[in-house]
Amino acid sequence: MTPVETAQRKFRRVNEIIEVHGHEQAALVPILQEVQAEYRYLPEEILTYISTAMRIPAATVFGVATFYAQFSLEPKGKYLVRCCDGTACHVRNSKPVYDAIRAKVGLTDGKFTTPDLKFTVETVSCLGACGLAPVITINNEVHGKMTPEAAAIIIDTLLKRDGDN
Amino acid sequence: MAMKSLQEFAGYVRQCKKELESRARRVLVCAGTGCLANGSEQVLNEFHRLSVDAVAVTKSGCHGFCEAGPLVKIEPDSILYVGVTAADVAEIVKTTLRDGKTVERLLYHHPVTGQMYRGEKDIPFYSSQSRVTLANCGAIDPDDIREYVARDGYMAMARAVADLSPDEIIEEMLASGLRGRGGGGFPTGRKWFFARNAQASQKYVVCNGDEGDPGAFMDRSVMEGDPHRVIEGLAIAGRAIGASVGYIYVRAEYPLAVARLRRALKQARNVGLLGDGLFGTDFSFDVIIKEGAGAFVCGEETALLASIEGRRGMPRPRPPFPANEGLWGKPTTINNVETLATVPAIMLRGAEWFQSIGREGNPGTKTFAITGQVANTGLIEVPMGKTLREVVFDIGGGLRCDKQFKAAQIGGPSGGCLSAEQLDIALDYDSLSKVGAMVGSGGLVVMDEGTCMVEVARFFMHFAQSESCGKCVPCREGTRRMLEILEKIVGGRASMDDLAMLEELAWVVKESSLCGLGKTAPNPVLTTLRYFRDEYLAHIVEHRCPAGVCTAFKSYKIDPALCRGCTKCRKTCPVGAISGDVKSPHVIDQSVCAKCGACKAACPFGAISLS
Ligand SMILES: Cc1cc2nc3c(=O)[nH]c(=O)nc-3n(C[C@H](O)[C@H](O)[C@H](O)COP(=O)(O)O)c2cc1C
Ligand code: SF4
Ligand code: SF4
Ligand code: SF4
Ligand code: FES
Ligand code: FES
Repeated sequence: MTPVETAQRKFRRVNEIIEVHGHEQAALVPILQEVQAEYRYLPEEILTYISTAMRIPAATVFGVATFYAQFSLEPKGKYLVRCCDGTACHVRNSKPVYDAIRAKVGLTDGKFTTPDLKFTVETVSCLGACGLAPVITINNEVHGKMTPEAAAIIIDTLLKRDGDN
Repeated sequence: MAMKSLQEFAGYVRQCKKELESRARRVLVCAGTGCLANGSEQVLNEFHRLSVDAVAVTKSGCHGFCEAGPLVKIEPDSILYVGVTAADVAEIVKTTLRDGKTVERLLYHHPVTGQMYRGEKDIPFYSSQSRVTLANCGAIDPDDIREYVARDGYMAMARAVADLSPDEIIEEMLASGLRGRGGGGFPTGRKWFFARNAQASQKYVVCNGDEGDPGAFMDRSVMEGDPHRVIEGLAIAGRAIGASVGYIYVRAEYPLAVARLRRALKQARNVGLLGDGLFGTDFSFDVIIKEGAGAFVCGEETALLASIEGRRGMPRPRPPFPANEGLWGKPTTINNVETLATVPAIMLRGAEWFQSIGREGNPGTKTFAITGQVANTGLIEVPMGKTLREVVFDIGGGLRCDKQFKAAQIGGPSGGCLSAEQLDIALDYDSLSKVGAMVGSGGLVVMDEGTCMVEVARFFMHFAQSESCGKCVPCREGTRRMLEILEKIVGGRASMDDLAMLEELAWVVKESSLCGLGKTAPNPVLTTLRYFRDEYLAHIVEHRCPAGVCTAFKSYKIDPALCRGCTKCRKTCPVGAISGDVKSPHVIDQSVCAKCGACKAACPFGAISLS
């Protein structure tokens, strides 16, 4: 496929999403959410395209896309690991769990996503499962009562599962 | 196809009740977020596979006792099994469902006394509670509207729509004295009254399900465990102020709540409890769900409205208040999930009943999410005014692992930290605000002596600083400076001047910020300064962390007896703090060490430790 064809394919899906939600600004957040679910991030050219298609200034679209924590303008990994560092989790030692996961997937420096786009590891401030603190989620699946060791085992399982594919 | 009359509704209620009665024996498997994470879905599947025909097996919302999950409740025998796994199901089916006996090992055993409890109502965690708003959570299948209706669900709405005028509804709410459960504690009736009086062709009611407070999950549990109650409360609010459209704004992190609410809405429309011309009146009502996108500040009401409109969720100055100019400039009422979930009970049982619970000026019950270093974590509901001691020790079962109580953080980032001296304080709006804390959404995090209160203050300031929307200077710059100072203190680099500056900044930020985030962000700092000042002084003056938490005051040491001189640590240290010859003990130069811990992780012989 040529780059042009690829772009058109991308935009066709975006067009469908816009059709479902309508062109009002109120639809912008749900549209961005659905686009992100499709691509796992918000590619810049798609944001520009949405701005044109919805007749909303690009500054507004980018403004909204950068305001909310859920949106990412950079590609995220296949597995999105979110480590809770809310109060309940913090006082039950969530930090070592986070550090262990980062070490396990090989993240260093300020990076949150592995170069092979397999893992993104983030912290969040409460997943609402505080009774089981410390808590992590992997692509929305909740794992409670984490320890650094247990978290490492979960990551190992994912790595193995991927290796088998 | 809306319900045409109260009679038609009454017929539907009878049908639902009969259906529920026919399922006399029931097994309820908790499918709340906590229990699902612990494997309750497998338990549910196993029950479906093995169960005898006469027994209805359903999932339920969170029972509150998440720590002990997965939970299985058997009715009408009132048996509660805790920590159930799929492997236990066969035994439960045989012993309890067939032979009518209990499986003792699965009952709740008190961790200290060892006493065994058979049913929910005997367990201390439950027996000191009064569940009103949470009455159905854990008792019904949230995905089945008939179960809600069978327990008098939508009865209050039917009455509010068909029998009462909007003014009468507001009257009842005013008389009940219900105060908003989202944090501020503003009287709900007054809020409705303002929106009712605003003149406009279109009005809106909004349910605030953003629940951004770390450590709070009551709204999540209600939306997941009893979604119809939220919808019913919202519809009553709509009827009261004259709105035909309601929005439920749910935070992005709660996909299960979104799914359960969507399903509940579909069912309510199908049976005619939402739609046009409800109960043969000219009142029409429907609900739209909006998913948040991960911004704590969107819980603030003007920011939330901006977010629904598709803009950046930033607060704006008030007035104008949303009651006059809200969503798209129209009069709008915003209420918290728990507030709305309390409304049906008030409309059904009356203002007087509600006033009889709780305390003067603080009527009713309040849910608390009790977490942290407490034996029983979970979700509870108690009359307003129960003391902190009762909640932590009677219901929460005291501290974990025989530790000493040190502090309770209540009300999340807007709230404060209370010390052991305040254990007898009543948990209500007025008493808590007197000591500089807040009910907030009801998050209650218990801390033991292993917690450093300065570090906790730093933690909250970090939260406030990263969640500040940046619109106004005192909040944006002030929280950043406060965080810097707190980092200096825990890092052992602060002077008494810094402390004075911190205190001064706290008041400036509190008094000059635009919205509640900035106005309350200094509370954790101010309360820890008030009740745990000696810990700040210990860090600054004595260079020590009394709780032994802050790494700046610890040092990495090599035990010469264990060190084999393999040089691994020396090669790992990023700042060259380690020296030593091959095969002889190494040493760390403390004046150079950056306390990164890399050497400890690298040592294959466990010779390096932190003390
Ligand atoms: C920064 C900030 C975050 C808030 N977050 C929430 C929230 O998550 N849920 C909520 O119900 N109220 C939240 N509030 C309070 C709401 O602005 C509002 O007072 C409340 O939803 C009103 O409902 P109530 O009167 O029923 O309590 C927040 C306020 C501020 C300033
Ligand atoms: S106080 Fe903070 S969060 Fe609120 S408007 Fe100002 S900068 Fe934004
Ligand atoms: S803690 Fe870090 S800086 Fe200190 S000696 Fe060990 S490796 Fe070096
Ligand atoms: S890594 Fe451990 S055993 Fe090796 S030199 Fe360092 S302290 Fe000694
Ligand atoms: S604080 Fe971690 S889930 Fe709530
Ligand atoms: S999730 Fe099952 S008791 Fe809370």
